[in-house]
Amino acid sequence: MTETSLLAEIRQAVSESLDRLDGVIALRRSGTGVAPHLFQRGDDLSELVIEPKYPLMTVVSRLHKRFPEIRLGVVARGCDERAYVEMAKRNQIDPQRLTIIGFACTAEEAQECYCSQPYPQKLVVGQPAPAGPVNPLVAEYDALSREERFEFWRRQFVKCIKCYGCRNICPECFCEACAMEDAAWVEPGLLAPPFPTFHLIRAMHMASRCVACRECERTCPAHIPLTVLYDLMRRDMEALLGYVPGADIDAEPPLSVKLDKVPLRQDVGV
Amino acid sequence: MEYKNVETTCIYCGCGCGLYLEVLDGRVIGVWPDKMHAVSQGKLCIKGWNISAFLDHPDRLTKPMIRRDGRLVETSWDQALTLVAERLNAIKAESGPNSIAFLTSAKCTNEENYLLQKLARAVIGTNNVDHCARL
Repeated sequence: MTETSLLAEIRQAVSESLDRLDGVIALRRSGTGVAPHLFQRGDDLSELVIEPKYPLMTVVSRLHKRFPEIRLGVVARGCDERAYVEMAKRNQIDPQRLTIIGFACTAEEAQECYCSQPYPQKLVVGQPAPAGPVNPLVAEYDALSREERFEFWRRQFVKCIKCYGCRNICPECFCEACAMEDAAWVEPGLLAPPFPTFHLIRAMHMASRCVACRECERTCPAHIPLTVLYDLMRRDMEALLGYVPGADIDAEPPLSVKLDKVPLRQDVGV
Repeated sequence: MEYKNVETTCIYCGCGCGLYLEVLDGRVIGVWPDKMHAVSQGKLCIKGWNISAFLDHPDRLTKPMIRRDGRLVETSWDQALTLVAERLNAIKAESGPNSIAFLTSAKCTNEENYLLQKLARAVIGTNNVDHCARL
């Protein structure tokens, strides 16, 4: 399928969805670039595009929270759908009010993203491309000794300008209070931020959440290979706890505690 | 319900990074980096990411103020600018033009910065012009 016909089919699917939904979140040519947009009935769909990708589920979440009744659609890649799965489990998106218009990424995109599943489960448009390779940096990292690994990250994280872009752009970072801004965890006023706590806090919080969308690495002004860290976390999650973030909406995240099922303290039933 | 993203340029420094202001029903609720921007290519620093924070900030000055008896009092632009002009003239007459310095800002446009140095050099008569980053 050519890219033009892929786009035409997506626009057609969006147009049909708009008859029964309050709006569809997708990308739109805007000014000289491309940005997320809420398309509504009657809008010019010739402005709808599919790249460069943005974390569109964050927009869905914001609108779902602000308007508790609205029914939305979203034009989604595989990583968008995986982000949705983990957000829905944590009450950030209401699955009952979301229609996913899924499309397959190209083989080139899958390669570039090192994507293991470059298509959504709800595939509406396009043909699944083969998975991309594993980031070669992961194998390089595996070959290092413990001391060399520490040195590897020290050299990477010293470049950090503490923009918080990795957190800001992450669809799975939605806490109202962030430990990375809490003086109890991260001493304020240091640049580069404290090593290794600053980045490892985020890495630990991403365990069972990171869906490998690679937005953090793309937005990092310091070119830190953050997704190597998160790929390693994802690998351990699967090997040790049998959990693949984003794969199954019914699978419970192993690191989440539901107080109605597991009381924190048996004696007081809290 | 109207959600859109408005393309603009970060005003915090001279780099001119590209960003979108995320607007929901007429209010700015966030920022997206402009991934296709020639300069910033989808990256921002902490200031760019927070560029919208001052828009509705309660400490933001929205009217000219004059300090009277240690308190800031709202006034008109005419009154404020007249006071500034009178005081600058008085200080210049009393202590000379080099007793006055002008500090300008990367948040201003090139044209605004040009005008400020013009005011300093041609009107007041001093080369004391510097920049907010060296305050």
